Amino acid sequence: MTEDLVLPAPREAATDVTDAPGEPLLVVEKLVKHFPVKGGFPIRRTVGQVQAVDGIDLTVHVGESFGLVGESGCGKSTTGRLITKLLEPTGGSISYRGKDITHATRRQLTPIRSEIQMIFQDPYSSLNPRQTVGKIVSGPMEINGIEPEGGREKRVRELLEIVGLNPEHYNRFPHEFSGGQRQRIGVARALALEPKLIVADEPVSALDVSIQAQVVNLLQKVQQELGIAFLFIAHDLAVVRHFSQRVAVMYLGKVIEVGDRDSIYTRPRHPYTHALLSAVPEVKVGGEDGEDGEEVPQRERIRLAGDVPSPISPPSGCRFRTRCWKAQDKCATEEPPLIQISGNHAGHLTACHFPEEPTIEARDEDIVLDPALAALEMDAES
Amino acid sequence: MLRFLLRRSLGAVVILFLLSIVAFLLFFGMPRDPALLMCGKTCTPANLENLHHVLGLDKPIPEQYWIFLTNLVMGSDDFAQGPCPAPCFGYSYHSNEQVWGTLMDRLPATVSLTLGGAVFFLVIGLGTGLIAAWKRGTIVDKTFTAGAMVISSMQIYFLGPLALAILVYQTHVFDKPAYNEFTENPGAWFSGLIIPWVVLSTIFASQYTRMARSSMIEQLQEEHVRTARAKGMSRRYVFLRYAWRGSLIPIVTIFGIDLGSLLGGAIITEYTFGLPGLGRLAVESVFFSDLPLLLGVMLFSATMILLCNIVVDAAYAFIDPRVRLA
Amino acid sequence: MTTVTQEAGASVPADADAFLSVRDLHVSFRTEDGVVRAVDGLSFDLERGRTLGIVGESGSGKSVTNLTILGLHNPMFTTVEGEILLEGQELTTARESELEKLRGNKVAMIFQDPLTALSPYYTVGRQIAEPYMKHMRASKKAAWERAVEMLGKVGIPNPRQRAKDYPHQFSGGMRQRAMIAMALVCDPDLLIADEPTTALDVTVQAQILDLLKDLQQEFGSAIIFITHDLGVIADMADDIMVMYAGSAVERGTVHEVLRAPQHPYTWGLLNSMPRLDSDPNAPLAPIPGAPPSLLHPPSGCRFHPRCTFQDRVGGTRCVTEVPLLGPDRSSACHLTADQKRTIFTEEIKPRLR
Repeated sequence: MTEDLVLPAPREAATDVTDAPGEPLLVVEKLVKHFPVKGGFPIRRTVGQVQAVDGIDLTVHVGESFGLVGESGCGKSTTGRLITKLLEPTGGSISYRGKDITHATRRQLTPIRSEIQMIFQDPYSSLNPRQTVGKIVSGPMEINGIEPEGGREKRVRELLEIVGLNPEHYNRFPHEFSGGQRQRIGVARALALEPKLIVADEPVSALDVSIQAQVVNLLQKVQQELGIAFLFIAHDLAVVRHFSQRVAVMYLGKVIEVGDRDSIYTRPRHPYTHALLSAVPEVKVGGEDGEDGEEVPQRERIRLAGDVPSPISPPSGCRFRTRCWKAQDKCATEEPPLIQISGNHAGHLTACHFPEEPTIEARDEDIVLDPALAALEMDAES
Repeated sequence: MLRFLLRRSLGAVVILFLLSIVAFLLFFGMPRDPALLMCGKTCTPANLENLHHVLGLDKPIPEQYWIFLTNLVMGSDDFAQGPCPAPCFGYSYHSNEQVWGTLMDRLPATVSLTLGGAVFFLVIGLGTGLIAAWKRGTIVDKTFTAGAMVISSMQIYFLGPLALAILVYQTHVFDKPAYNEFTENPGAWFSGLIIPWVVLSTIFASQYTRMARSSMIEQLQEEHVRTARAKGMSRRYVFLRYAWRGSLIPIVTIFGIDLGSLLGGAIITEYTFGLPGLGRLAVESVFFSDLPLLLGVMLFSATMILLCNIVVDAAYAFIDPRVRLA
Repeated sequence: MTTVTQEAGASVPADADAFLSVRDLHVSFRTEDGVVRAVDGLSFDLERGRTLGIVGESGSGKSVTNLTILGLHNPMFTTVEGEILLEGQELTTARESELEKLRGNKVAMIFQDPLTALSPYYTVGRQIAEPYMKHMRASKKAAWERAVEMLGKVGIPNPRQRAKDYPHQFSGGMRQRAMIAMALVCDPDLLIADEPTTALDVTVQAQILDLLKDLQQEFGSAIIFITHDLGVIADMADDIMVMYAGSAVERGTVHEVLRAPQHPYTWGLLNSMPRLDSDPNAPLAPIPGAPPSLLHPPSGCRFHPRCTFQDRVGGTRCVTEVPLLGPDRSSACHLTADQKRTIFTEEIKPRLR
């Protein structure tokens, strides 16, 4: 992957909005997606709602890599699907370059569709096994009736080269490639229309560690050198940290904390962000402390109890309160707004009534909420 | 569970209602006039018109249908042949017998054939299937699989006459197939049905052999089956308790369909062996353009299939606790 | 290093003290495409009460090895050679009935996905009670009581009630706890955990890992912990064995391996793994290429087609000669000990910061 990028010729801007970095590209406001739950007798009716996404605000700027992180069921994938219009939102708005696309029809979307692309998790099922690589990658051009200079095939070969595949493989089928290479094909397809925004939903989580890094590097190269904005959705905190400039943490359909990467990873305020970071296993390579004698501080240890509650009947008020060690009465009655609390850096917003200290270093005492763990550890001590 | 049964039964009634409409329309779409058939060779236009009137065929179709429906639900005393209690399908044009009575007359033969055959083909089919799966890859497995393949490619109208020729007419090992009431002479009932059972179940069993084998082999590769082995449970225990439970779902599904359609009348089998069942009745009703009988047989068969379907769905809940019946 | 290389191999006698001893294990499957050599000459020892972490990517042979220990491979398509000694008892040639007595009793397993690894058809309590009834000859009632006790121990709230539930009524984390309860019900001497937290969320994973560590204190079992995640290994294990394409390429204590890893593949894994404490602006250094097909594994060192340090060995040794792995702290690589030390401190370690 040392080859230089074949940069596409700059294209005329579709609208008057500037493409200068820092300008908002995608603005999501109060986005809601509820999935109905059917049941009842004798006539089946909606008896509940899975509140997959429940009023989230996000802004992705031009050329920015924005990470969306959270555990299963937090609504991060649904958010990605809403933005790429694979799902119809229940409420709220999505605007792209200042244009409201929340309920845009297929036809209205045509000029925009090419600018927002998606990369999926599973490199095995997201490629049609009966199509050649050339056909897969040129598919988006065909659908949108785009005839690049020099023809589609030439462009596809360029794209294959960009993503680190041999252009000679134009006529091969997906099954002839390994998982990592298939994900590269997916990236090439996403790049075919010179998008401005790529929504990548767990793009590396199905891949082996050594291959994961290859794809992360590829995406990073694409993001930085082609200036494409990324909404990077993943559950792996370390991968998101590595890839993103700004990060939002989601829990049960809400964004509970958002800010620039260093703020979130070193000075988190929301108890859930603390718990999440403390749960990531640590690898200390090359000895306990650095060669130059600098002490590496211990990270705090927080063990939550149980799993994430069901999004069908999420807790009132703050959704994290049922697993939070700082929860008080107020948390059950009043939903904390996502605001910049004192001590936060600019743009670092937290939704919490009783925020934590902005550090992830070890506390005087571990927080162990899991009763079984607490009991076993008591036994061990006595 | 009760709710589930109620909802499914309601659904079944709706389906039967729609089906009866379709049957009605189809009948009147047929190019044959039942009155003309009944009228015979010496038919005069006056006779024909009279017959039309007697049969109610001169009324508009929607009205005829309405009469059919009310008779079915409430019974009727308007028939010239006599009273017709609910469920009343009327009187057969051809035999002048009450349709419901005819159905009930023919039902025991079909039920005997079906249930007896089902016992045979379940025992043989599932048995050989399980043995083949247990001994997968061995000569036993290969023999059973190949045998099942050969047999399932045969048809009753081939195997039936063959069995008759060899086992009855040439060697006299078995009695000639016939239907005798079980209540009157159980021995004759059994010996009269043994050949049809064997032929019917041979063909069905071969399908069950293949299905039981493949679904067991699939289940044996499930992770939870491996977990059970990793716990130290014996191969036999895991085979019979874990894998078997999972492979019941496809087997019960197919069995429900088979049983439902057989109970509605095993037309070819009944014809091949000359048994007086519902299947033959169905053919006769079409042959004679006998509207009341046709509707009766059709709705009865459909009811059987729907009923078996409901039973199958309810059985799922017993087999698999993940299936919630609400 | 050369002395270590000579010591290694099939001729090493089984460690008399070891609780579990695997010697020169070869496992191959017959498939339609040919023979897959999933495990190729693997040897390791495990002492009582210790945790061995086996790290490797898909196809490294780590799961196959552990299924083979319990004889859970399909004998129709699998050929096993070598020795597996559990307290001196040879398992590769053991009769099925003898293995059944060990499984779930002396040696228990935990699998990756608790949803598919638990039977949907029986209650959680019954599934936990079953092995207890079989191995301890306990009555149904006593086994049920034991199941309830175990569920409480692994942190299932209201265990008496929850024992009557089916696995689908449990959440993901609870299911894995039930799986652990099932594995520990007969107080096994060896617990084999095959990617037990891979399917779980990170906060739940942390709970389960801590739970396993704490339970190990109480039950004193040895654990073989299989994972692709070096972070999890660093957290859980006493010893590490890194596997690649069917063989072990490096082993040692967690401290030794993480302080100064010696094998180019281990370096590659560490370099390609983003960490919370690494420099987020430095690009990851992936291992080039993809793992080899085990139908036609590369000659010599199986890692050589992806290895960037081949030229430092010189000649064609990497292509022609299989590097051997010593019994203690060692790595299967033709680089000299000095080269390994220098390369790690000068080229690899700076990139890990």
